[in-house]
Amino acid sequence: MQPILEMRGITKTFPGVKALSDVNIDVRPAEILAVVGENGAGKSTLMKVLSGVYPHGTYSGEIHFEGSERKFGKISDSEDSGIIIIHQELALVPLLSIAENIFLGHETAKYGVINWFEAITRTKDLLKKVGLNEHPNALITNLGTGKQQLVEIAKALNKKVKLLILDEPTSSLNETDSNALLALLMELRSQGISSIMISHKLNEISKVADRITVIRDGMTVDTLDCHAEKISEDRIIKAMVGRELTDRFPPRTAQIKDPIFEVKNWSCYHPLHAERQMIKNIDLHVKAGEVVGIAGLMGAGRTELAMSIFGKAYGQKITGEVFIHGKPVDVSTIPKAMDAGLAYATEDRKTYGLVLIDHIKHNITLANLDGVAKYSVVDDLVELAIANKYRRELGIRCSSVFQTTVNLSGGNQQKVVLSKWLFSGPDVLILDEPTRGIDVGAKYEIYGIINKLAEAGKAVIVISSEMQELLGISDRIYVMNEGKFVAEMPAKEASQEKIMRAIMKSYGQKND
Amino acid sequence: MTDTTQVKPDFMRFIKSNIRDYALLLSLLAIMVFFQFNTNGTLFKPVNVTNLLLQNSYIVVMALGMLLVIVAGHIDLSVGSVSGFIGAMAAVLMTGTSPNPDLFTVPKFDFVTASILCLALGAAIGAVQGYFIAYYKIPAFIVTLAGMLIFKGLALSVLGGASVGPLPETFQLLSTGFIPDIFGVQMFGAPFNLLALLIGTVITVVLIFFNFRTRSSQLAHGLAEEPQAIFYGRNVLIAVALVGFSFIMARYKGLPTVLVVMFTLIALFMFITTRTTFGRRIYAMGGNEKAAKLSGVNTERLTFWIFTIMGALAALGGLIFAARLNVATPKAGAGFELEVIAACFIGGAAVTGGVGKIIGAVIGAFIIGVMNNGMSIMGIGIDWQFVIKGTVLMLAVFLDVYYKNKG
Repeated sequence: MQPILEMRGITKTFPGVKALSDVNIDVRPAEILAVVGENGAGKSTLMKVLSGVYPHGTYSGEIHFEGSERKFGKISDSEDSGIIIIHQELALVPLLSIAENIFLGHETAKYGVINWFEAITRTKDLLKKVGLNEHPNALITNLGTGKQQLVEIAKALNKKVKLLILDEPTSSLNETDSNALLALLMELRSQGISSIMISHKLNEISKVADRITVIRDGMTVDTLDCHAEKISEDRIIKAMVGRELTDRFPPRTAQIKDPIFEVKNWSCYHPLHAERQMIKNIDLHVKAGEVVGIAGLMGAGRTELAMSIFGKAYGQKITGEVFIHGKPVDVSTIPKAMDAGLAYATEDRKTYGLVLIDHIKHNITLANLDGVAKYSVVDDLVELAIANKYRRELGIRCSSVFQTTVNLSGGNQQKVVLSKWLFSGPDVLILDEPTRGIDVGAKYEIYGIINKLAEAGKAVIVISSEMQELLGISDRIYVMNEGKFVAEMPAKEASQEKIMRAIMKSYGQKND
Repeated sequence: MTDTTQVKPDFMRFIKSNIRDYALLLSLLAIMVFFQFNTNGTLFKPVNVTNLLLQNSYIVVMALGMLLVIVAGHIDLSVGSVSGFIGAMAAVLMTGTSPNPDLFTVPKFDFVTASILCLALGAAIGAVQGYFIAYYKIPAFIVTLAGMLIFKGLALSVLGGASVGPLPETFQLLSTGFIPDIFGVQMFGAPFNLLALLIGTVITVVLIFFNFRTRSSQLAHGLAEEPQAIFYGRNVLIAVALVGFSFIMARYKGLPTVLVVMFTLIALFMFITTRTTFGRRIYAMGGNEKAAKLSGVNTERLTFWIFTIMGALAALGGLIFAARLNVATPKAGAGFELEVIAACFIGGAAVTGGVGKIIGAVIGAFIIGVMNNGMSIMGIGIDWQFVIKGTVLMLAVFLDVYYKNKG
């Protein structure tokens, strides 16, 4: 069959680095091609070449689409041909409605006057196609990430998409939304629309992909046909990292001691809607040397729980008690929570974790500047020594600690965030989605760091949407749903099914 | 791709990564040379250099505070009005003039008490504005716009719509005084203030000594990014500029008092921004307020203090200006905020916050100052002066953005 897209011998260099060298990929009509590779392997660069972000002439090689060579000079050129890319960070305007967003830049207008009737009717059709049950006038800001993703796809469909490119589409979605999205991709495939899906989630890929192209160090290393043979995850991982990963989780022997962190009867309300209770009477405890996982779907209230404990950084009307080493502590502000021995590494490192325009050294010491200062005067050499120590211990890959954090890969950014919190010297670490958007190799390193922390006698809480990860690294798992803990189980006895069952059962209880 | 390879520090790379600073300094030099020629050498005449400093001292002083405000991601439009209001208060307190003698009288204060009261009042004004910005999250633009109107009105009110003066002579010395000569040397048949030259030389030696000490400590830890040639060149330039400058000043009346105040403050603020935890937190907050807050930085208190400092500096600027004119007028301070803000942006501060240097703001202030002075000597009308200054501001920020996007 004639491929709908062929990229031949694509080479793209940036000053000093060869980002892509002789990459070849092709997409057949009505197929889902998964593109996988470690962070920094060149996937995003390749997609930017394809979509015209890097215009023709800034790379070498050829792009053939629907049988003819294309030379896209800008993004709208590729969009006009029917190639539409949906970025990881969604490009919707939050305070505009669904319909306004879908027709943004392509308004159903005559002489500049918008025909709202037509826009709304067409939006309704599009929303039906993507299975989103919302009114076209609903504001984007009131939709969850999963629904926003569907709006993006509806927007693409409106532009007569022939090839849909999704960059990490499910990275911020919960299991249900992810499955809905994957089902939609398969539905589109049956209508003849091809997709390229960039993803780190191998289980999802094996669910929907027809073929898998693996990119490593800017080169295509392998293309696997999922219909010809059964592709195991280990097979993909091996191609990605170029080495066998015998185990996806580092081994660890837990040495669990006395409880050092306890939260009793914790409740909290939504910061804007004072009547909405987000956290409902939660009790939790973590022992020294223990890694406790908090499982749950997106919106279960896990981040809200963590942030409300960490200096009331979220919510209002917060009630409950926190004990560290058996003594009640005041966590009413972030500095007080930190003094008490708490640390919270955010799920959103770019918005809440790092000062991206600043370099690694300054980011590492930010939470404990007094630790490198005397009489409020920063000692540069001490600070540098600290930064280099964490760079070495956590394996932050960078040219020097003076490198700006915006230029680091996701995994290295996460290591900088972790360094910052380690340097603040906490007893209790809450890690919120510590491996989101990070490649397999870096994940393994992060797990290793978590193990070390536990071995050092810290109490570690890990919030994650990847159940396998929680099962792999925790000693004990709390299952959270709708602001409550609905189950607690030792990780040895837990399984994905058990966790899901606990969540589903808790929905049932509500209807009683 | 993730890991950029280790690059050896070299000449071109260093120049490239610090291009903004060099461009700024070169622009100032170019502007000075340009006006030196076009004013037939008037610009660098001792009396004019002294004047230039006196004319710009209050802008520089306020620009120091404004840089903190801008790096923190805010703006302060009220500094002009506040400085005018404080100048008016100072005049009223020092002369004991009541705006409405029928209703009440104003006791006469000595100039020291009055000055201290005025500085405290300025800090209090900044604190109130900072309180609304920090704790109620009202945009600084709105709060200080309101402040601009309020204090413009209050200045008019306390002066009763008229000029109040003259001010005590001892107070005037703040702006018109010079460090007196103790040697009484003659040069070129005119009195030569050897003390000024000596002070300038001593400061130069001390500065260069510290530069070399930092350098050797950097070298010892393998941290010296600056190439040897640039380091020496920079120090020679500092020496020539400072000694030459004090030589010029010595040929007139010596070092003005206000210069001492200004240099002390510049040094203090450079120290605060580059070396202290307070300064570091300002940059972090301006770079990413949410991340700074979640890292335990008390962003509200920080913002509050920044505006308090700004208020005190605006007050100091007002005092210097009043002392210079020897009278408080209702129009004093008008438009200062624009020059102060322009100085920071010409000096490389970013509107988005997180970026900016004290030395940049100072150089920016002098670029504007030299242009004001030079254009006035050349006889360019006030109309075109505005046009030219506006163009320079636009060009500076445009080049900033353009080169940032390019690389």
